[in-house]
Amino acid sequence: MKSEFIGLSVESINFFPVPPGFFMKALAIRNLSKTYGNGFTALHGIDLDVEDGDFFALLGPNGAGKSTAIGIICSLVNLSGGSVRVFGYDLVRQTEQVKQCIGMVPQEINFNQFETVQNIILNQAGYYGIAYQEALVRAEKCLKQMHLWDHRHTVSRRLSGGMKRRVMIARALVHDPRLLILDEPTAGVDIEIRRSMWQLMREVNAGGTTIILTTHYLEEAESLCRNIAIIDKGTIIKHSKMSDLLAQIKVNHFILDLADRLAKPPVVEGYDVVQLDSQTLQVGIPGEKGFNQLFSELTRQGISVTSMKNKSNRLESLFLDLVGG
Amino acid sequence: MGYRIALLTIMSKEVRRFMRIWPQTMLPPAITTALYFLIFGTLMGQRIGDISGASYMDYIVPGIILMSVISHSYANVVSSFYSTKFQRHIEELLVSPVPNWVILAGYVGGGVCRGLLVGSVVIGISLLFTSISVSHWGLSCLIFFLTAVLFALAGFINAVFADSFDDISIIPNFILTPLTYLGGVFYSVEMLPELWQNISLANPILYIVNSFRYGLIGVTDVDITLALTMIVGFIVTLISLSLYLLDKGIGIKQ
Repeated sequence: MKSEFIGLSVESINFFPVPPGFFMKALAIRNLSKTYGNGFTALHGIDLDVEDGDFFALLGPNGAGKSTAIGIICSLVNLSGGSVRVFGYDLVRQTEQVKQCIGMVPQEINFNQFETVQNIILNQAGYYGIAYQEALVRAEKCLKQMHLWDHRHTVSRRLSGGMKRRVMIARALVHDPRLLILDEPTAGVDIEIRRSMWQLMREVNAGGTTIILTTHYLEEAESLCRNIAIIDKGTIIKHSKMSDLLAQIKVNHFILDLADRLAKPPVVEGYDVVQLDSQTLQVGIPGEKGFNQLFSELTRQGISVTSMKNKSNRLESLFLDLVGG
Repeated sequence: MGYRIALLTIMSKEVRRFMRIWPQTMLPPAITTALYFLIFGTLMGQRIGDISGASYMDYIVPGIILMSVISHSYANVVSSFYSTKFQRHIEELLVSPVPNWVILAGYVGGGVCRGLLVGSVVIGISLLFTSISVSHWGLSCLIFFLTAVLFALAGFINAVFADSFDDISIIPNFILTPLTYLGGVFYSVEMLPELWQNISLANPILYIVNSFRYGLIGVTDVDITLALTMIVGFIVTLISLSLYLLDKGIGIKQ
């Protein structure tokens, strides 16, 4: 049903010539550029879209421009040109509305290390205008969600690295942001904590929060994210669905550990087999071929495989191809 | 509503900060001023005699109270805001929907609280050495408050420009302290040669100290209306400059 106001159909009014659905995106970046005071250009007019509810990976090598882009979105860095819209709000003209929508988890610890965990969360709630009693309720919820409730009265500098990172996630969630930006949230934490943080991030995303993740752990991006952009030298060089990107992989490489020593590498038609040492092979398996034919042929030649592992993460291979690593 | 909560959050954080380290923030001024009153007021003051009809002890009390207000309101904001930048938790504020004027008011409010609290401690100490019969309550309270605001603002600007811990000590040590001591705290400018009297009139702290002295004991070397106009003028200028710096992100954004 059309909405009508003083006889005009609202649908007929088009104040701004923007593409359909533009305002519904969690993030819409157009021609964003940044040149620092020393003349270094970190971003060369990038475009980027992130849909509402997405779990999005923004990847790139060090110095590619990821942190600059995130800094601009979070109002930590002034933009030089272009536009940023968050859920339809313009970053320059509607800064406060944009900030209300965003929760930010930075790369480095940036809370007051002399404050208690609970005070850090309560202060942040206060900055968002949340009254104290309500802030207490929200702080409890966030700290329990991050398994930090028992540490709420601990002075934050006494926490472990993993706990400090979870404090930053709890702090970013206290005002119920619609868009959560995680800038290398698991850097420097052990694999066990990293896996538990992945689970927490999945839960947050499942609750309807859009997440943008930057990480150097490409396994993390592959495991968590549905869409991906790769940035290099201040330019977006890839922007697609994760599944589409991974489908581009033509050959997967595996390492096979053998039961017996080999004098020379076996020849298996259709597969690229390299002998790494007397009991280890590296095999390139083309996407259209499976494992069955390989193992049948190895068995026929009397070669017994005891274990197998990926040579590298699939996304890592693609990433290195794309950024020329 | 939201801004009021944000403002109270910043201010209460600031007050908690200096109260948490009260042996560093509250105790030293009490001891230092007690020594000032003992040495300059009681021991030397008896030999110096009266100035402008007031005993030397009574004459120096207003200046010593304001010295503590000036140094502590300045020190609170410059050290707190610079630490906020240094430890990067300024980012907590920058990502939040807190307007720049609330950030400024919160930090300046914290500095004013410390300045007034330390000033009150010093007033308490002074009452151990002399009795103050206040000549103009309104003017005294106004100058007491405006001085704290003015120097809290100055501390904020210092912190915005500071790139190292050295930068937050240079101005207090090499500019603020000399200006305060030469601002007629311990003497009347009429005691100076004419050339130095004229040079002293360029020192804004002279006007502040004398207007507070007039409020407390009714004695001044300067015109009170001019002094008040200067103080308010400086405050308006520093507020405008601070908001400009925050708006442009100078010293806090790239």
